[in-house]
Amino acid sequence: MSLLVSLELQKIFSKWRTYIGFIAIGVLIPIVQIALVYEGDKLINFATQGLKNSFVFVGDLFNGYLVAHLVQQSLIIHIPFLIVLVGGDILAGEATAGTYRMMMTRPITRFQFITSKFLAGTIYTNLLLLWMMFMGLVVSIIIFGTGELLVLKDKIYIFAADDVLWRFILAFGYSALSMTTVMALSFFFSSLVENAIGPIVASMAVIIIFIIISALPIEALDVIKPYLFTNHMNAWREFMSNPVDLPQIVNSGLILTAHIIGLYLLTLFIFKRKDILS
Amino acid sequence: MSYEKVIEVKGLTKKYKDLVAVNNLDLNVYRGDVFGFLGPNGAGKSTTIRMLLTLIEPTAGDIKIFGLPLKKNRIEILSKIGAIVEKPDFYLYLSAYKNLEILGKVSGADTSNKRLMEILELVGLDKRWKSKVKTFSHGMKQRLGIAQALLHNPELIILDEPTTGLDPMGIKEIRDLIIQLSRDQGKTIFLSSHILREVELIANRMIIINKGEKRIEGEVKNLLNTDKLQVTFEVSDIQKSLELIRNSQWLNDVDSEGKNEIIFNVHKDLIHEINKFFVDNGIEVSSVVPVRSLEEYFLNITKENIE
Repeated sequence: MSLLVSLELQKIFSKWRTYIGFIAIGVLIPIVQIALVYEGDKLINFATQGLKNSFVFVGDLFNGYLVAHLVQQSLIIHIPFLIVLVGGDILAGEATAGTYRMMMTRPITRFQFITSKFLAGTIYTNLLLLWMMFMGLVVSIIIFGTGELLVLKDKIYIFAADDVLWRFILAFGYSALSMTTVMALSFFFSSLVENAIGPIVASMAVIIIFIIISALPIEALDVIKPYLFTNHMNAWREFMSNPVDLPQIVNSGLILTAHIIGLYLLTLFIFKRKDILS
Repeated sequence: MSYEKVIEVKGLTKKYKDLVAVNNLDLNVYRGDVFGFLGPNGAGKSTTIRMLLTLIEPTAGDIKIFGLPLKKNRIEILSKIGAIVEKPDFYLYLSAYKNLEILGKVSGADTSNKRLMEILELVGLDKRWKSKVKTFSHGMKQRLGIAQALLHNPELIILDEPTTGLDPMGIKEIRDLIIQLSRDQGKTIFLSSHILREVELIANRMIIINKGEKRIEGEVKNLLNTDKLQVTFEVSDIQKSLELIRNSQWLNDVDSEGKNEIIFNVHKDLIHEINKFFVDNGIEVSSVVPVRSLEEYFLNITKENIE
């Protein structure tokens, strides 16, 4: 299996589209960081404007942790676009190229084929998240240094500098689970068709529709909202609360895990019964 | 030739809703055979090959390869088969070398640099080993297809129209390679084609299928070297020729007549006598075209399929 996974990774990383995500993150985050070098103080003043009458802020709240938090909040919404570009192509790309035939006439089982591709897709997803963590957190710390982290949610949280790093690591870890769910969804769609465009569009359509349903203030929809995986993708934000709502995170994490396993099994079931005609 | 069955197919059927692609097909391929699998386009050849390679599930029937039921022994069987199914498709964004390396590793083949270069040299692609497959012509992809099929030194080689798209020299090279693999290395070769001549030149046994059903199976020399031929004589004066024939011993051998031609069903030894008959009676014969009955039969079913 490890051989097959490594071969799948070689295929993924030989394609230009694989690097779009890495390049996008590699370009976008430095733009944000450079902008914040000049505009960072303004941003802090704007964020704390209404609070300065009641509180006295000491120290430098504008630091690498705040930049990393801003980057994570804004970019994590867009990362699914980059994931489905690759996830939607993993199986459909083989069908388009006609290489299913080449692979499936080799002495490997369909289970091995699907599983190795799924694992390779998961590894790609996690590498993209690691890259985002490196650019967003590590580079921001190098440029702006460390300090207390100001988080504005329903409450104001200010975390001590030595209480922040583990929150980021776990938040990125949870984001990896969220993004793997997106990958699993596009992987599933990818098994149904012979062109990568369909799975990419379908995956994004599902995510957008689910997000819209979640945001609609209609009572009748409240019944289904807890079952929409998109509702659980942002549970990483709970790590930026005090105390951390662990049961909520575990519950959401289990729901996402169930989606990943379910989508993988469904893909496997479909592929095992599939006549390879491409 | 051995009588050990390498491929044994019984009652093989594949249906797609109302369409019967392959219908109750039986065939046997013996060790060392170059087995011609002949049929016009759309006859069910590729569907049969896909079933032999587990790409599609048969609706009914049994397949045994190397004496083992295919479904239960898929991995073991596929490790001993090299194949090209329809056109050879590769990872276009990878080089010829990398494609072979990936496919070889999945097959458990020796993927050392020496072996890969050796096989690329065999198919004449050693100078383009670094080139991405997207820059290859169809003929070059066919050659690479042959290379990937041979890489893991399989016992059985299944080739689905391997000379399609090749230039005449390429066709000859592939034919020679197939003959060499069979003669020198004792490989069993299952060769699908829609060209009778190709099968005749390479195969020792053959089957003709049409509309998913077996029509003829047997030794190529027995099926094709029949002494009875259909011979077309193109003559200068058709009326005079017909009149002469009416009063001759050849009347019963006439099959049909055309504008300038008369077709006879005769033994091959009698062709020169008919020719002499025409010439002696002042008729100029501009061409004599003998066609074997199987060839005629195959042309007819091909024509029937096009219509």
